Amino acid sequence: MRRFSWLYLPAGLTYLFLYLPIVVLVVMSFNAADTPYRWDGFDTAWYGRLFADRAVREGLLNTLVVAAGATALSTVLGTLLAVGLARHTRSRLLDAIAVAPAVLPDIVLAIGLLAFYTAVQFTLGLHSILLAHTVFGTAFVAAVVRTRLAHVDGSLEEASRDLGATAPQTFVRITLPSLAPGIVAGALLAFSLSIDEFVIAFFTAGPQDPTLPIVIYSMVRFGVTPEINALATLLLAVSFTFVIAAQRLSRLTESL
Amino acid sequence: MSQPRTGEPLVSIRSVSRRFGDVEALQQVSLEIRQGEFFALLGPSGCGKTTLLRILAGFEQPDSGSVTLDGADLLAVAPHRRPVNLMFQSYALFPHLSVAKNIAYGLERERRPRNEIRERVDEVLATVGLTGLARRRPHQLSGGQRQRVALARAIVKRPRLLLLDEPLSALDKKVRAEMQLELKRLQHEVGITFVVVTHDQEEAMSLADRIAVLNEGRVRQVDAPVPLYERPGDLFVADFIGANNLITGVLTSDGLRVPDVGVLPCPAAPDRVGATATLAVRPERVRLGADGGLAGVVRDVTFFGGTTRVAVEVPGLDRPLLATVAGATAVALGDETRVDWPGADVVLLDGPDR
Repeated sequence: MRRFSWLYLPAGLTYLFLYLPIVVLVVMSFNAADTPYRWDGFDTAWYGRLFADRAVREGLLNTLVVAAGATALSTVLGTLLAVGLARHTRSRLLDAIAVAPAVLPDIVLAIGLLAFYTAVQFTLGLHSILLAHTVFGTAFVAAVVRTRLAHVDGSLEEASRDLGATAPQTFVRITLPSLAPGIVAGALLAFSLSIDEFVIAFFTAGPQDPTLPIVIYSMVRFGVTPEINALATLLLAVSFTFVIAAQRLSRLTESL
Repeated sequence: MSQPRTGEPLVSIRSVSRRFGDVEALQQVSLEIRQGEFFALLGPSGCGKTTLLRILAGFEQPDSGSVTLDGADLLAVAPHRRPVNLMFQSYALFPHLSVAKNIAYGLERERRPRNEIRERVDEVLATVGLTGLARRRPHQLSGGQRQRVALARAIVKRPRLLLLDEPLSALDKKVRAEMQLELKRLQHEVGITFVVVTHDQEEAMSLADRIAVLNEGRVRQVDAPVPLYERPGDLFVADFIGANNLITGVLTSDGLRVPDVGVLPCPAAPDRVGATATLAVRPERVRLGADGGLAGVVRDVTFFGGTTRVAVEVPGLDRPLLATVAGATAVALGDETRVDWPGADVVLLDGPDR
């Protein structure tokens, strides 16, 4: 039997610190009462209320449109960027610049994008959020695919050429399939980041068509209702699923 | 299906040079590779052998010089159009494709009819002894099996020239010996000209019909294994191929004068009297316990089963003399003994320049 070590205590406290708020949120979403101050018993009524709410449904739809579009665009751009960086440059600076949007503070990107859109007199709406999310999505996809590329034997592409394949054939038949797990992981990451992104969406959204996080924000201004707890719990479930799937895939990748 | 051992020249490499920054990877390299032969490019790492291989495959271009295959300029042909295939050191098997799909890849690029592809894949799988593993993925195979797949994938296209980059280096010792025989058998069977790159001189000696020894981007000697061993052309080759006793001195009319040691027997070279030269004598030519010769003390005895190698320290020589004797030997560590060798068994080499 393993001896209890006192080192488990700070570890446990850290986990408590990290996850207690989330646990409270999830528990409260099943609270029958309409305030967080008392517990009236288990109830799923708030979930029903949530689906009846038109603003929430529209926000969810907008969010899905933005996330799907941004994921598609950033997956293509990010993959090409990663392959281009790995195969055709030796510049560490270009490398760093390519993934910078992933680590820049959201607020910087948000202000920058808004200033840019204003400067080129771009009308704001779902499309402007979609493009904004593509910016950081591309950086994340590029970073993940780049990691995958580092694990792929560079001579695979030479072998393909040696066996008579043209450069485009090699890209489609060898490069893409060997990167596939990384590409899928990157896409899942971009999707889950886009779904709950608030700051950039808030800055680049038009007057109509708010995304779900913006809808939530406007609801919260009148106090946190259990309805919002229910919504947050659902978002949490979706994000968790995607992040875990992305991690699984990238681990699978390394064993290949 | 075996072809003549020495055929027409297949590949002619003329004055090929390639530099990477400050490093001259290849300097004025000229070689002829004959139709149907098993040719080895041998040298220490960094000698340029891999660069030459990559030039033949088309992944590198030389700075100057020409390469022809069957008399036609090879350098003008893109890598995917050359009748040349390369077996990569890492094997470079496509991890997402089955064994059969890996092998069929090259034939599919040629747009061969589907049943021809299937037939040729089955045939080559039988040739390399992998029938039954067609549906496996590369990661489900052992090292030796992967190598066979890589080989099958390269020969199924029936190239004019097959290049092998350190083909046995990734295998453990036992599988290596097995594959060595296998490679030789295959080369006879398919009749393709093989060029193997290796840093392992035993591998080159046992595989190849002819060996080019490279060092620092230059070809030092091209010869069959036996003459290469018995008649090394220069000091580098004498030292690199097999074990050798190298002793430097000044030539006189009756031998090689070595300071503090005396005059050692070597072939007469009346026209080079007074020149600095090095005599090379193989350990198996050195006689132990002779009457004359040099006196020394046994410093090391290594028993290999069939033979024993004895290191004898001779005063005045900077390296102990190695002698290989058959079976076990009567001498023991610390014994005083005498060594000598017949002058006719010595190879006399120029230099080293001082």
